[in-house]
Amino acid sequence: MLKIVRDLFRHNREFAVGSILVLLVVGLVVASFFSPYPPLDSYLVPPDTPPSWDHLLGTNSRGQDVFWQLTIAMRNSLFFGISVAVISRVISLVIGLVSGYAGGMVDRILMSINDTFVVIPLFPILTLFYFMMHDHMSWTLLALAMASLGWPYDARLIRSVALSLRNREFTTQSIFSGMSMRQILVEDHLPYVLPIVFSTTLNNINWSIGLEVTLSVIGLTNIETPTIGTMIYWANQHTAMVAGVWWWVLAPVATVIMTFIGLFLLSVSMNEFIDPRTRLARMGA
Amino acid sequence: MTSYTWYFLRRLGQFVLVVFVGINIVFFVTHATPIDPVEQAISSATQFGQSDPRAVEIMRKALRELYGLDGTLWQQYLTFWRRLATGDFGPSLSAFPTPVSKLIGQALPWTVGLLATSTLTAWCIGNFMGGLAGYYRRNRLLKAAGIFAMGLQPIPSYIMSLVVLILFGYFWPILPITGGFEMNIHPGFTFSFISSVVTHSLLPVLSLTLITIGAWFVGMRSLVSNIISEDYVVYAELAGVDRHKILTSYVMRNALMPQLTGLALSLGGIFNGAIITEVVFGYPGLGTLLIRGVNAGDYSLVLGIASISIIAVATAVFAIDLLYPLLDPRVKIR
Repeated sequence: MLKIVRDLFRHNREFAVGSILVLLVVGLVVASFFSPYPPLDSYLVPPDTPPSWDHLLGTNSRGQDVFWQLTIAMRNSLFFGISVAVISRVISLVIGLVSGYAGGMVDRILMSINDTFVVIPLFPILTLFYFMMHDHMSWTLLALAMASLGWPYDARLIRSVALSLRNREFTTQSIFSGMSMRQILVEDHLPYVLPIVFSTTLNNINWSIGLEVTLSVIGLTNIETPTIGTMIYWANQHTAMVAGVWWWVLAPVATVIMTFIGLFLLSVSMNEFIDPRTRLARMGA
Repeated sequence: MTSYTWYFLRRLGQFVLVVFVGINIVFFVTHATPIDPVEQAISSATQFGQSDPRAVEIMRKALRELYGLDGTLWQQYLTFWRRLATGDFGPSLSAFPTPVSKLIGQALPWTVGLLATSTLTAWCIGNFMGGLAGYYRRNRLLKAAGIFAMGLQPIPSYIMSLVVLILFGYFWPILPITGGFEMNIHPGFTFSFISSVVTHSLLPVLSLTLITIGAWFVGMRSLVSNIISEDYVVYAELAGVDRHKILTSYVMRNALMPQLTGLALSLGGIFNGAIITEVVFGYPGLGTLLIRGVNAGDYSLVLGIASISIIAVATAVFAIDLLYPLLDPRVKIR
């Protein structure tokens, strides 16, 4: 395992860049536990000072240190993204594996439901959801809502892998030895789809953080919790760009772009590692 | 029955399913949540000072009827569908007494225009460049374009719009950054109005194009680089067929089919991006209207936009599906 990682790091540029970016982000998250300021308090430091040695990324108009605020925000956003990804993975795994294994009518029905969910535009629905919930909106609810809508794209990918496993000899063997469908799916097929599940997880984290940022910036989430999105929301509320407090906007935007590119490159390199054809092409065959 | 008819019926079934499931989600969201929009509207109307309880009761009754929230759940469900079928979402509370359908009707062309322009631009350029990059793998310029596309692909629409807005509104202010057209120009079929619309749409279109172009580029590149190792391409090369001809009619043509399916599947996501971009640039489309509705507590407007969005996207996907046989003749023959 360690050897694979080292080889990937040396030969796969996407993996190297991606993992460095993700490590930086993880570093921020770890740093958040050592923050000298309580994250929700304001007017702890002089407001609106540009980046300096005392305050690495300056301070904002609410009298908070932008760097330490950023670490907490990144932690919350990342945690939110991971929770959505993990919950939606369960749905997409079940649908994908069952659909691929069962085939025929079941497959067709599940996939047309799947395609339906792919097509439905989520943003208006999530906005409506916020509109109905207002002050009752919590991060758990939002994560559940997003997870129950954000699985279909990956279910299709998992199904395409599961479909190819269906006619393999070991599957037939398992059927003849009397294993139940659940056993076959969990014990035989799950290990094969795990790599692709992992890479879709990274993409789904990206997707959920992106949606979180969007909803928060417009003010459609619980804006009291510091996340990357709510950070930009408060900066906009204080018209930071017009007031010349550019570091307040730039810091979260740059960090979140770094996160997106990092996670995305990691998932791309995972996909390349899984698919031997691209590995061959890379070697020049 | 010909196979094209079958194909048409299958896609029509999918269209109906998307609308049905989508509208049911909307109904579920509005009815399973513990908050009653009627009580919410009343509390925001009565928060400034005392009101006569009888007046409040009349208001409650009127709002219930207006929102289609009277009667049993089943009756409400039927009312919901009936209103949707007739396109009647009642009057908007924030722009009383303009009907919601009229507000949506005014906003929809802006969104459709924005979406169509940027999607078409991104899809065509992305696929063309991606196809070239997959075919001429050693070209340095195309490799650089690939890295650029990779960096663009994962950026969500809000962040991209914000970056474009900051770049062109703050550092290099050459284009209008908000609104759909100049305030002092009267809408009409005049040159000044049209040119104003075009210049105002440039930045939203640019950010939307940038958001999606990377995905098309990367997808097309990997499709093409898989196809060029197929036997028929190698054979064509050995037979001395012109390389340009191989690229356009042997390789790209085949790779375009999954990309067209991809377009149909990602249209929902692209629509989300368009709505968000509109909000950032204050573009007078559905997105801006939606957020205005949320901030004004306008239940009918938000509900109407959510429903119409689902129907609009489903229709667009259906249209793309019907185009598909033009590219893939097998659908007709089978």
